[in-house]
Amino acid sequence: MVSRTIDGTKIESPLPLEIHDLTVAYRKTPVLYGIDLEIEPGQLVGIVGPNGAGKSTLIKACMGILPVSGGAVRIFGKPFSKAARRVGYVPQRESVDWDFPVTALDVVLMGRYGRLGLFQRPKATDREIARKCLDKVGMLSFEDRQISNLSGGQQQRVFLARALAQESDLYFMDEPFVGVDAATESAIITILQELRDMGKTLLVVHHDLATARTYFDSLILLNMRLVAYGKTEDVYTMDNLQRAYGGRLTILSDVAAVREEGK
Amino acid sequence: MGVRVGKWLCLALLGGLVTPLAQAARIGEITQTNWQSQAIDFLTFSNPAVMHAIFGSLFLGTVCGLMGCFILVRKLALLGDTLSHAVLPGVALGFVWNMTKDPVAIFIGAVIAGLLGTVMTQLIRQTTILKEDTSLGLVLGGFYGIGIVLMRMVMNLEEGNKAGLDKFLFGQAAALSRGDVVVMGIIAVVTVLLVYLLYKELLVTSFDIAFARALGLPAQWIHYLVMILLAFAVVVALQAVGVVLVSAMLITPAAAAYLLTDRLSRMLLLAALFGAGAGLVGAFTSYLSTGLPTGPFMVLAATGIFIIAFFFGPRYGLVSRIMLKIMRQRRIQVENTLKAIFQVRERGGFKEEGVTLSDLAARRNVDGRVIEQEVRRLERGGFALIEAERLGILERSVFLTPRGWEQACKVVRNHRLWELYLTNAAKLQADHVHEDAEIIEHVLGDDIVMKLERRLDFPSRDPHGKLIPGQKDMERGFILSDEVNPVEVLP
Repeated sequence: MVSRTIDGTKIESPLPLEIHDLTVAYRKTPVLYGIDLEIEPGQLVGIVGPNGAGKSTLIKACMGILPVSGGAVRIFGKPFSKAARRVGYVPQRESVDWDFPVTALDVVLMGRYGRLGLFQRPKATDREIARKCLDKVGMLSFEDRQISNLSGGQQQRVFLARALAQESDLYFMDEPFVGVDAATESAIITILQELRDMGKTLLVVHHDLATARTYFDSLILLNMRLVAYGKTEDVYTMDNLQRAYGGRLTILSDVAAVREEGK
Repeated sequence: MGVRVGKWLCLALLGGLVTPLAQAARIGEITQTNWQSQAIDFLTFSNPAVMHAIFGSLFLGTVCGLMGCFILVRKLALLGDTLSHAVLPGVALGFVWNMTKDPVAIFIGAVIAGLLGTVMTQLIRQTTILKEDTSLGLVLGGFYGIGIVLMRMVMNLEEGNKAGLDKFLFGQAAALSRGDVVVMGIIAVVTVLLVYLLYKELLVTSFDIAFARALGLPAQWIHYLVMILLAFAVVVALQAVGVVLVSAMLITPAAAAYLLTDRLSRMLLLAALFGAGAGLVGAFTSYLSTGLPTGPFMVLAATGIFIIAFFFGPRYGLVSRIMLKIMRQRRIQVENTLKAIFQVRERGGFKEEGVTLSDLAARRNVDGRVIEQEVRRLERGGFALIEAERLGILERSVFLTPRGWEQACKVVRNHRLWELYLTNAAKLQADHVHEDAEIIEHVLGDDIVMKLERRLDFPSRDPHGKLIPGQKDMERGFILSDEVNPVEVLP
């Protein structure tokens, strides 16, 4: 809960994201183990850790894309299924088939689908918003392009525009900077900072330690379990990084495997 | 003779795998006349069997076309094949239910068997280390084997033999009863309606399932719905196309449509049209010929559509791509000739308007016959005029039209701008940039040229000290060279 005082009255609103004892396993291999997190609103949060640390898994589990083995996730105080509309998502670029017969605008329009009921089609206002979001990422002139005719950076910007079209309060982004050039990277980070300044909360999976330090307000250091979470300047210490990156916790993963078998 | 050739063709098509289990009936047997009057009979719905065949093939083509699109973009094309073979035991058991060819009982039996096959595929994949293709193969073989055995057993019964269950193997549109067509029509309406109403859900779950889940959409239910509709499509097509070839009616129209468009909505529309068209053509062809099953003809018609799309599709078509390439090469050659004319004139300080063909040939480093062709192409394109020897001209010469002059300036400008950019901005040596500019000069768009000019601060000289023609030079029609006297170009 966050407490705020507006006009002398104390208003309590639930946190954008609360995770309690979250455990996720792929078949018998555990990927995340007993994660506890409470994310304050209006932050740009980086999720950092070595390969296979469970960074993507964490955000996917938060959105119910992956089944969880244990624990609870609350988004604005509710389970995900009740709060889906307030959540925006940028998946990894490689997760889709870019030969799919859709145009850039079609993809961005998908961001509006969560607000439309079953059987409902996107309306003129949805198109308007989608085009504005494409414009925001500098891709409006490509709206009618089939998406395989876009460069990697352009594809990533289309994904970002789709998330913008969701008009959410909490965003999960999976490696939005992979395979984009420096110009696109700085354009994207500017947009993310603008969203943050509007009071939105963003959790961004990021693989580059060097830029993580400057990009994010807070960092989640992950390696199967939560290594550290807090303000970037507090978390970004040699000690923490070594704990996150220095070697696998082999016993933990072995025991976790046995534990899964025992279920 | 025709019969023998037709049979041979049919057997070859099916790889000679199975001999048709019984002589197939054909619609044409009802009226023994020549093909013209048969065609008229067919097209005027002269008898109920023809009408059933026409509507049946339209319904099945539409449904298969639509569902084919979804299995194609979801990369489940092989599942269509497995599912279509897996329905066979259900057909036999559906018949046994009340020992008649009751369309509803057979429909239900077939759908249940097909879905059971799909579930088995998933089960094998999820609980073992076997991969998708293996589990598909396992289920296809197992279910089809059971199906053939059951069919044989049913056909050995008296009622089974008469019912013509063998039509389910290779398909016979003529065997469609009124009840069959009604069931097919209902399924077609349901499928079209659901695809229309759930278009956005089907689109987003097919394109990006994780995002669909993150939207809070019931992605799993939509997947089940696709599976059920797919089973419906297979069963709808079963009697007219046959188990063996149903999957082709799913994949082929959809694949042809995929090559022709890059919007899912248009792909669906095209595939439905192709499917319905192929169905109709197949039913008609089978009606004209003697005793041949319908399925192969429908599939052949669909394959014909695919082949046309493969060769002539505007973007991915083989012939279209070759044509585009030839046209591009022509343009490059024209531009190179124009550039050479510019260069010859430049060497003379732009004093002479005309360029003799021999000078041009020397510059282009080709022989007289080739240059003759090249210059004629310029003339045809309105870029240049050829003047014979007369008045002051001693030799046949080529003169640029204003259009030709502008184009020549553009190519030279592109070449030299790019060289300058490579040396200034990319810091390449001046002698390393020519080769690259030779290619780039033909493909630089106006917007990039503008950016380059701005970036290089509207330069007038290239790294070799040569002039970069600007917008003014193009409009004026001549170069104001360092020498004072401007040389007029032909009006």
